[in-house]
Amino acid sequence: MNKNNVIICRCEDVTLQELHDVLEEGYTTFEDVKRILRIGMGPCQASTCGLLVQQEIAKFLGTSVKNIETHVTRPLTMGVKLGKIKEAADDES
Amino acid sequence: MNTYELVIIGGGPAGLSAAKVAAEAGLHSLVIERDYKIGGQLVKQTHMFFGSEKQYAKTRGIDIASILIDDVKRHPDKIEVMTGTTVVGLYPDHVITLLQGEEYKKIKAEAIIIATGASEKFLAFENNDLPGIYGAGAVQTLMNVHGVLPGHDVVMVGSGNIGLIVSYQLMQAGVNVKMVLEAADTIGGYKVHASKLKRLGVDIRTRMSVKKAIGTTELNQIEIAWLDDSWQFIDGTEQRVDVDALCISVGLSPLSSLAAMIGCEMKFVPLLGGNVPIIDEYHETTVKNVFVAGDVCGVEEASSAIVEGYYAGLMVAKRLGHEHPDFAARKADYETQLDNLRSGPFGEKTRLGLLELRGERHV
Repeated sequence: MNKNNVIICRCEDVTLQELHDVLEEGYTTFEDVKRILRIGMGPCQASTCGLLVQQEIAKFLGTSVKNIETHVTRPLTMGVKLGKIKEAADDES
Repeated sequence: MNTYELVIIGGGPAGLSAAKVAAEAGLHSLVIERDYKIGGQLVKQTHMFFGSEKQYAKTRGIDIASILIDDVKRHPDKIEVMTGTTVVGLYPDHVITLLQGEEYKKIKAEAIIIATGASEKFLAFENNDLPGIYGAGAVQTLMNVHGVLPGHDVVMVGSGNIGLIVSYQLMQAGVNVKMVLEAADTIGGYKVHASKLKRLGVDIRTRMSVKKAIGTTELNQIEIAWLDDSWQFIDGTEQRVDVDALCISVGLSPLSSLAAMIGCEMKFVPLLGGNVPIIDEYHETTVKNVFVAGDVCGVEEASSAIVEGYYAGLMVAKRLGHEHPDFAARKADYETQLDNLRSGPFGEKTRLGLLELRGERHV
């Protein structure tokens, strides 16, 4: 299998090879790989790749997927223009 | 900032049902829907549902959507609906931030019901990003909502109910479904759906899956192969199939990120589809006045989502001082309906999953 052709995160175009390389380097939490690869940070916010990432980390660590913590979700879930956030704040005051 | 008694996130079967019962109890609510119309995934379901009369069995999904939408429209003074609106942030003080087109808004709610449903799981195989590879649910939307065919020769991966039903609907639309692949030993969905496909001559192959997609600018072929007992491909069993579309139907996972964002305690329960908020018997999460209903707290069918919606609506109304006149009877009725829907072999996953979620039993 050519892992360079297996897409794990479609939004940020991250391959299985890139994920495995980062795991090999010792970054084995979802939060780590998210920060390094931007995996799960695109429009779908990991709703597609989240489980695949958990499975790959579990496989690498030789444990159950239940033991792999998922990523932290934070606002905002979609791109919002800064100007619009300012407008909303101005309306409030 | 506008403050609402109840904000319901998601205008699918669970959200609409919750709004209805909450309104009957006298509560005002706002239903927020990301899509341009309400009804959720029911609007693309052209098949008839099972269950009992109370959840509209023998009615087509699209007609159930109309019934639920009419129920909501019957309470114009109590239920406000906001479509084309996405919740982008949910905060512990019950502030909800919204995106409407480009506009960013803040509202506040006394109570929140998260009814965001689920999304399709995906598979990791070579060239899995070639145009022509779809989620089965996406194909159903494309075909039944937008009237667009995904291709001419299709292979379906996964024989759960969605895989079987969408395969049948593809055949109805004149698409050649070459085969359905199932990694497990047995067909995942209901026998009636599988039998309909078999009668049309569609091959359902167990212990097989897709190993690789082939094509340069679009999908032309797939490589399929047998799986061994540990779900690994058996070398030398590869076969190639000419296709221009591939549907992936390997289950759904709860869209629970908003629950996690507001601070609900979460638990990864594979039997329920993935990461779900921990809830008590009233469908309340560990964050006070934040409730959940439908697939977001465990993937099931729309019938269960409807009843969970009713139930959550009833509970929230009581919490905010609007006890439904028939509270006790309704509560007992919804509980019985859920028990019935989850009885039998196909409900076992949910039964065990809920036990695991509530820590009553370790599976």
